[in-house]
Amino acid sequence: MPLTRKDLLGLQDVPAHEIEEILNTADMMRSILYANTKKTPHLQGKSIVTLFYENSTRTRMSFELASKYMSAASANISASASSVSKGETLIDTGVTLDQMGTDVIIIRHPMAGAPHLLAAHVKAAVINAGDGMHEHPTQALLDMLTMRAHLGGLAGLRVAIVGDVAHSRVARSNVLGLTAMGAQVVLCAPPTLLPPEIARTGAVVAPTVEDALAGADVVMALRIQLERQQRGLFPSVREYCAHWGIDKKRLALAKPGALVMHPGPMNRGVEIASDVADGVQSVITEQVQGGVAVRMALLYLLTRKGAGA
Amino acid sequence: MSKLLVRGGRVIDPANNLDGACDLLIEDGLVAAVAERIDAPDAQAVDAAGLLVLPGLVDIHCHLREPGYEYKEDIASGTRAAAAGGFTSVCCMANTHPVNDCAAVTAFIRQQAGRVGSGVRVYPIGAVTKGLDGAELAEIGEMKAAGAVAVSDDGRPVRSGRMLRLALQYADYFDLPVLCHSEDMDLVDGGVMNEGEMSTRLGLRGATRAAEEAAVARDILIAEALGKRVHICHVSTQGSVQLIRDAKARGARVTAETAPHYLAATDAWVAQYDPNTRVNPPLRTEQDRLACIAGLADGALDCIATDHAPHHADEKKVEYLLAASGISGFETAFALCWTHLVEASYLTPGELVRRMTCAPAAILGLPGGTLSVGAPGDVVLIDPAKRWVVDPARFQSKGKNTPFVGNTYTGCVRRTYVAGRPVWGD
Repeated sequence: MPLTRKDLLGLQDVPAHEIEEILNTADMMRSILYANTKKTPHLQGKSIVTLFYENSTRTRMSFELASKYMSAASANISASASSVSKGETLIDTGVTLDQMGTDVIIIRHPMAGAPHLLAAHVKAAVINAGDGMHEHPTQALLDMLTMRAHLGGLAGLRVAIVGDVAHSRVARSNVLGLTAMGAQVVLCAPPTLLPPEIARTGAVVAPTVEDALAGADVVMALRIQLERQQRGLFPSVREYCAHWGIDKKRLALAKPGALVMHPGPMNRGVEIASDVADGVQSVITEQVQGGVAVRMALLYLLTRKGAGA
Repeated sequence: MSKLLVRGGRVIDPANNLDGACDLLIEDGLVAAVAERIDAPDAQAVDAAGLLVLPGLVDIHCHLREPGYEYKEDIASGTRAAAAGGFTSVCCMANTHPVNDCAAVTAFIRQQAGRVGSGVRVYPIGAVTKGLDGAELAEIGEMKAAGAVAVSDDGRPVRSGRMLRLALQYADYFDLPVLCHSEDMDLVDGGVMNEGEMSTRLGLRGATRAAEEAAVARDILIAEALGKRVHICHVSTQGSVQLIRDAKARGARVTAETAPHYLAATDAWVAQYDPNTRVNPPLRTEQDRLACIAGLADGALDCIATDHAPHHADEKKVEYLLAASGISGFETAFALCWTHLVEASYLTPGELVRRMTCAPAAILGLPGGTLSVGAPGDVVLIDPAKRWVVDPARFQSKGKNTPFVGNTYTGCVRRTYVAGRPVWGD
């Protein structure tokens, strides 16, 4: 069943059955990744553009490889962050890509809402690959895909997310997606890195990292950026690590066999200890593989519109 | 001798506690009589049956953009928009280019209004500091002589408390009020909308209400310590309303305004990242909206001012973070207020009219705002039952930036007269 939506701008308005559809399709796509010849004709005759106003390695590469594995014509545009305010307007860029016959535009942008602006002005399908502090829906989908593969389902899971929630689009998308799927998300962060009234979006806020991890099925650490310290949001890496870092001792509070996840790139020894990141419970490298599968699934589903059921 | 007879309308003149069916006679540009029945066979008669007959609305806070930003608005289009909105007196802020920080610019604005304006009275507001940069006082005395009616660095706060203190002392000598854009920019910290559930959901950086309230408190306390008067612009939060209410109760000489958009919209309107919802201070929560209304009802807030802030379409067709702040407000102001305050039964018609006429006029000592005999013959005729859909394409303003597009409101300006002369009407 193809998705009826034109774009994927966030998980805010994506109902559980659509998430389910995307994840099921991604599971099928995963088998292509295991195959000896990674090539399918699913996107033959389609053109896909990544339009990135921020640096990215894994997200961009996984979209690009997903396009190539499925025989699409793909192109990449890197725009510097400064070109956002000084260069061509986003709408003009989008219209230009539309005129070239682009079927899907994958956009990463430092400003929340930019994919919405683009989507409103182009015929192409728009996929949000991260907009400011807002959403990163494909990351949450690949996280859910990974959890589902290991834990059987999402409903009833307790997922602890620890770190810089305030600036994290990964956290926001995971809260929305996991909550829609019946999981409980427990957040923990230094109070200065917790967005206001986050509890009203469906998540639970735990007072301490120990409370957050207690009985968790999944423990996800978020990247902490050093510039947050420079802006005064936390005093030192040392203190952050002491209070919110995920180490073996804290992980032991979670359910036996709880999954350890991280959207990457990691600061080893800061938000996550190396022995946890590389330990038997870690599925961090597997997340990356799930990322390609999820993006293959989305590209497929979003380009099948109008192709008949 | 020109005479205008407005016949058979419902005249509301709060300054005289009048609300009833009356005729109104304007003679030689001044109100000559208000009475149940006036016979003036030689006057040009206007039938106002079914209409409200109000003193021309007075706006003490708008941006006409000329000189310098004529691509957004100019004095011709801005004063036409004001007339279409029922305003007969408007006070324009100093953040033009060049800044209105000297008598030459003040005089230019007055002259330009006379040359190309719609007839609506234009009163310039001078800058508090040269170039609005908060470092040195502008020539306030010179600007007053050239026609400035107040001083303000609006668009930004006077960052230094010391500089504000000096300005309050110095402007008082010339009997000019200081209008404060009260925001602690350090606390705003790059916020582009109200901080709260919506900013968290949208991933936009939020500005805490405390950023406004801390500045309101500071500005009041500095003025109070001097015993000088101060006016707080565009109040948007519950906490600010309460600070002003408390200050008035202890006798501080403070006045305050809010803007129609804070009475008609909340941060929930930002949900689709519509750049037309970006305004400074930002749209707040429902609780704040109701508190501003309550403030108008009990007098904590003295008046409504539009903060009409027209922008070019290109400045709004961008990412929310890059969009210019402001709403083109003249042509929706009355209907928004009538719908959300009077129809919603928070204020009587007379109370609303007071907040848009004599109350703002009194703050800046402007003539007008009343239909007392001998007052300027500025009057507006409004159909209070007419429902209409906001269509910015039909605005007289060059600024089509409004989040209210497509919405239906009640209360439609039919005719506007300045000194008995028509400046707007069908």
